[in-house]
Amino acid sequence: MRRYTATHEWIEAGEGGLATVGITSHAAAQLGDVVFVEPKPSGTVLAAGDTAGVIESVKAAADLYAPVAGEVVEVNPLLADQPGLVNEAPEGEGWLFRMRLADAASLDALMDEAAYQAHVAAL
Amino acid sequence: MASAAPDAPAPALLETPLGALNRRLGARMVPFAGHALPIQFADGIMAEHRWCRASAALFDVSHMGQIALAGPGADAALEALVPADIVGLPEGRQRYALLMNEAGGIDDDLMVARLGGALHLVVNGAVREADFATIRAAMPTGVTVEPRFERALLALQGPKAVDALARHAPAAAAMRFMDAAAMPVAGAPAIVTRSGYTGEDGFEIALAPADAGRVAEALLAEPEVRPAGLGARDSLRLEAGLCLYGQDLAPDISPVEAGLVWSIGKARRPGGARAGGYRGAARVERELAHGPARLRVGLAPVGRAPVRAGAALYAAEAGGEPVGRVTSGGFGPSVERPIAMGYVPPALAGAGTRLFAEVRGARLELRVHPLPFVPPGFRR
Repeated sequence: MRRYTATHEWIEAGEGGLATVGITSHAAAQLGDVVFVEPKPSGTVLAAGDTAGVIESVKAAADLYAPVAGEVVEVNPLLADQPGLVNEAPEGEGWLFRMRLADAASLDALMDEAAYQAHVAAL
Repeated sequence: MASAAPDAPAPALLETPLGALNRRLGARMVPFAGHALPIQFADGIMAEHRWCRASAALFDVSHMGQIALAGPGADAALEALVPADIVGLPEGRQRYALLMNEAGGIDDDLMVARLGGALHLVVNGAVREADFATIRAAMPTGVTVEPRFERALLALQGPKAVDALARHAPAAAAMRFMDAAAMPVAGAPAIVTRSGYTGEDGFEIALAPADAGRVAEALLAEPEVRPAGLGARDSLRLEAGLCLYGQDLAPDISPVEAGLVWSIGKARRPGGARAGGYRGAARVERELAHGPARLRVGLAPVGRAPVRAGAALYAAEAGGEPVGRVTSGGFGPSVERPIAMGYVPPALAGAGTRLFAEVRGARLELRVHPLPFVPPGFRR
């Protein structure tokens, strides 16, 4: 199942110890039209909370953060030419990167969907 | 990702006469020049920008400072502060002018219109109090300087602006670019100029605060018109190669460096009937004769990453000292690429010159690009 961070990333565990990371539709709406996305490249080792790349709208640049520790293994290849995918499908086709988790259990400490929605409502 | 702050304006911000309307239309409000203003509406910056270039966008720019000068000698006295030809400004016409400082730098840029014998100025919102004080101190006895900061200013910009406006102000259709006229708009007394800050044809409409909401709603009811905010205003003016005071223009930057020599009236240039006579003229005339130390240029990043204001510019991919600085930068929705402006030494100002901007610790390649990035739509 999907987990969420206070900094508006979502992460979903898949097969083989890999997880997919993106930003939530709340974050995409706040950001506005995305014009440039650059997650850290494959091979980058990240601790939880490390800067995982940059995402830019017309007006501003924002940092992406690693939800948990791991190594980047894939960056969404569609985003270089279609950064707007992040606005169209932030929780689907507009995923940002995949990482090999340092610890599969690390996701359990993150918010579930209900907790994240409550977090957003309280902002 | 880094969170945006919740968007409630701080309590000390001024409201414009369109504050309630902006909020009712779903504006996302931000603080700007001491006012609460829309950064965007529901459609977002890119859609608002594109609509302006295709049709007509309505902007609330009431934060700008309107100032009226009346009385004999106001125009000659203003010429002590600006290099523009104000004495020769005909009735019913407007000119772009630069408020100079003693060092030959720019303290503000403004529009000056002559209407009914008086001079109507529009200055930047962030410095309107300082500008008012400077201008008042320069006027002789017998000239009144009236700040009209409570008035509203609407900008209706785009190729279909004239169609929408003419239904509420038929006389607007006959105006040429940089004409100024007093005329009712939707029955409200207004000062209308055919000018703007987008590179498109369009109008700026100055109104009493009590009339602003009704006039704005009348224009927004026209099928060609949609509201737009500061975000689109910035991307439009950047594509048009227009300067933003506080970024591309600053007190240490001269009109020659900024590429604004065209705004120095012919009569005010060396050899002209009223040559010089404005604050900082010595530096301007020296640079006209010998060339400036730097020049404003357009910049096109080669990749897709935006390069923003403040980035240092280098001549080489590695090593060396900075040769210049980016003063405005972002994304151009009409040209579908990142664009920027900055200052470089004249030797590096030729179109196509390869430069590098420092962004997040790396050097990104960009090329000097002619301005504007999009062709203008003025009806001259």
